Amino acid sequence: MYFRHLEDNATPDSVPRPSDLTRREFLTLTTVAGTGLTLGLVLPGCTPKSQSPAAAAADRLVMPFVRIAPDNTVTVICKHLEAGQGVWTGLPAIVAEELDASWDQMRVESAPAQVPLYGNLAFGGKIQGTGGSTATANSWQQLRQAGATARAMLVAAAAKQWNVPAAEITVSEGVLTHAGAGRKATFGELAARAAQEPVPTAVNLKDPATFKIVGNEKLPRLDGRAKSTGKQQFAIDVMLPGMMTAVVMRPPRFGGKVSTFDATKAKAVPGVVDVVQIPRGVAVVARDMWSAKKGREALTVTWDESGAEKRGTTELMKEYRAMAGEKEAVSVVRRGEAEAALAHAVHRVEGEFEFPYLAHASMEPLTAVCRLAPDKCEVWAGCQFQTVDQGNAAAAVGLKPAQVFINTLAAGGTFGRRANPESDYIAEVASIAKATEGRYPVRLIWTREDDITGGRYRPLNYHRVTAAIGKDGKVAYRQRIVGQSIVADTPFAGMIKNGVDPTAVDGSAPEQYDVDHADVSWSRAKVGVPVLWWRSVENTHMAFSKEVMIDELAEAARRDPVEFRLSLLGKHPRATGALKLVAEKSGWDKPFAKGNGHGRGVAVHESFGSVVAQVAEVTVSGDKISIDRVVCAVDCGIAVTPDVVKAQMQSGIGYGLSAALSGRITLTDGQVDQTNFHQYQVLRINEMPRAIEVYIVPSTNPPSGVGEPGTPPIAPAVANAVRSATGIRLHSMPFDLAAARRGLSQKAT
Amino acid sequence: MAITLNVNGKAQELDVDPEMPLLWAIRDHLQLTGTKFGCGMALCGACTVHIDGQPTRSCVTPVSAAQGRQVTTIEGLATPAGHAVQEAWVNLNVPQCGYCQSGQVMSAAALLASNSKPSDADIDSAMAGNICRCATYVRIRAAIHQAAETLSATAGGHG
Repeated sequence: MYFRHLEDNATPDSVPRPSDLTRREFLTLTTVAGTGLTLGLVLPGCTPKSQSPAAAAADRLVMPFVRIAPDNTVTVICKHLEAGQGVWTGLPAIVAEELDASWDQMRVESAPAQVPLYGNLAFGGKIQGTGGSTATANSWQQLRQAGATARAMLVAAAAKQWNVPAAEITVSEGVLTHAGAGRKATFGELAARAAQEPVPTAVNLKDPATFKIVGNEKLPRLDGRAKSTGKQQFAIDVMLPGMMTAVVMRPPRFGGKVSTFDATKAKAVPGVVDVVQIPRGVAVVARDMWSAKKGREALTVTWDESGAEKRGTTELMKEYRAMAGEKEAVSVVRRGEAEAALAHAVHRVEGEFEFPYLAHASMEPLTAVCRLAPDKCEVWAGCQFQTVDQGNAAAAVGLKPAQVFINTLAAGGTFGRRANPESDYIAEVASIAKATEGRYPVRLIWTREDDITGGRYRPLNYHRVTAAIGKDGKVAYRQRIVGQSIVADTPFAGMIKNGVDPTAVDGSAPEQYDVDHADVSWSRAKVGVPVLWWRSVENTHMAFSKEVMIDELAEAARRDPVEFRLSLLGKHPRATGALKLVAEKSGWDKPFAKGNGHGRGVAVHESFGSVVAQVAEVTVSGDKISIDRVVCAVDCGIAVTPDVVKAQMQSGIGYGLSAALSGRITLTDGQVDQTNFHQYQVLRINEMPRAIEVYIVPSTNPPSGVGEPGTPPIAPAVANAVRSATGIRLHSMPFDLAAARRGLSQKAT
Repeated sequence: MAITLNVNGKAQELDVDPEMPLLWAIRDHLQLTGTKFGCGMALCGACTVHIDGQPTRSCVTPVSAAQGRQVTTIEGLATPAGHAVQEAWVNLNVPQCGYCQSGQVMSAAALLASNSKPSDADIDSAMAGNICRCATYVRIRAAIHQAAETLSATAGGHG
């Protein structure tokens, strides 16, 4: 979702968007087709020729999103970052389907940074970037069109060569056949001739009922082998001749700045070649990572902390509680007569919810490589936000964005971390290259400590909720939310409407259920800790309080949790479908053996255009929660690559469990308390449920996202299961059964 | 100081600080980049290599401690268990971002070398030191079981 609201703010008059061009103009502008015409020469605002995906060659068909070579390979040019979510498989599958290619001949490579050609259509087309689970959704029509167009050109070339009507040629598994003439040819054999064909003005797309590759359960990931053999290259693996490695010493508190530094001892460390100041700290550059780290240990920096954030999370949470619903709050949803309905309720539940800061903690610590020349800056990174990164790197080195050449590599995870408005790690490496005057290519590596203490967290949040059912059976819901804004004071501040940042508050109960009386407000906390979208963004906390409160309301009214939800989903047919499917597959209507700490719970949530429902079965033993089984149903429209959809649900569940069971960043006097995985604990294999079953709701709707929507429902499903097992209400994350028990006994006395 | 390392069957001389972790010697000096940096404190397992066949966290092993021993990285993994693990990984679409998978594969190969038919509990115990933030754990378990079956079928075929 991150940028679903951006489209409203697009300025299409200044930048041509693919949707503004006629299809013919678009294809003409962007098709190289072996004529020597290159992308950059004809498309206004495009980056230079050498940034086109391949130099024009007469022996192959080269189009913006597809290249067919004489060796019979079909390469899909992928405008999205592969960070594990499977776009290097899903996007090629769309092209292969319309092209009637064989899966074995498919290849994939990253697109260069180039808008509008590779802009994300879900962001209005003017920004190239990946996020909000939009990759498949915004590429669906574009890549179907690209595959069908290439297919038509291959068919036209074969028709001409064989002197037969194009309509009589069939294409299957990468081979064109004319049965009557007894002719056959591969894509590779026809590529050069196809490149000479005019780009068709109209192509037919397939009837989805005939899909063979899209929807195929057995499709191997295109990156599976490279990633099982250590051959996949990440930014940290880039080796350039003469390259040096840098680490940066950053201020111990957010908002601190370098006052003075003494590099004498650092420079004496063998292998250290330079120590330079950059806007975000002091960089130590060395011949290898070990020397750079030792150099940093020997560095002395004094910090100007006059503008630094010095509060700790305990104080912050105290302030948040006091702010909830007070005069600074802005209204998010107001409907019916919430106060009156709550006052006269028959059943009423209340809860206070606390959510900590969370680090993304991708397995590849942030890394980027930069090679700077007087008129050119090359960057290698797992870029999630190419257009923004290009601009920020250009600003750091004093060049124009078009002079920054981005090589997008596979990212060792991101979960949102790499899409940040400041391009922090990319701006840093560019700044180091500038400060060292481009004497050598430089690779910046963040250590794990840099990553965990480095900010850009999921925001700390506080919710206070009252939910009720009236005599008339109608639901009333009041929610007070306090947290930082992710987009305020960034170039994305335009997403804020009427004072409300959607990335802080979307997904409340009145949006997702038929709630007659609602009053939801948000108070924006101003804190110097930098925050960012973290897999599923606001849904990480909004889904939790919503699904726990609705569940407790069902319990108060002695209604079955699934049946109660269904009664509130009359206007939400997709949520109804997912919930019914998960109930059926989990055996919800069958007796569940409670006792011995066993319990089960359910949750459903819509995010990023998809709906996910989950049932969790748990065992509580002492203060320990084990998740035995999770059943998951997802409605994501057409499932392009069902196995990837299932993998993303499994992954989203694991990521959400990590936050539910142990994820927590705390600060004391403005300093982050956790530094590495011994303190910032993440989910390990022994905590992963033994059984996760994923079911896909059959759909003919266009595809929607799967990278994020699997995360929001799992924590509330587990909390509801624990309450069903023990009666203990878990309202804060990470779950702390001992603390919740103490709370229970205090309330009881 | 000159250090002689035997990596993937090849002896190589390196002029590095003897305290340098094996990880950085392998990556930065031998340019074998399949072994990954994840935490630097033996907490995540991304850097797992085999030393004399034993899974070892190279990020906390001084390069001097690896002298005179056989170091195997993902690039040199050629045991039957290693091969079976990698094929199972591909078959079951285990990797997502893939960054931790070299370490996962090295740990799984070592597990199967010592336990030809691990239970889920054995797998959880042997693999708990390897973090995967994509949480590919369910498939890792399934792939280890599949690799064990492949190995036992192969062994049976030879028997």
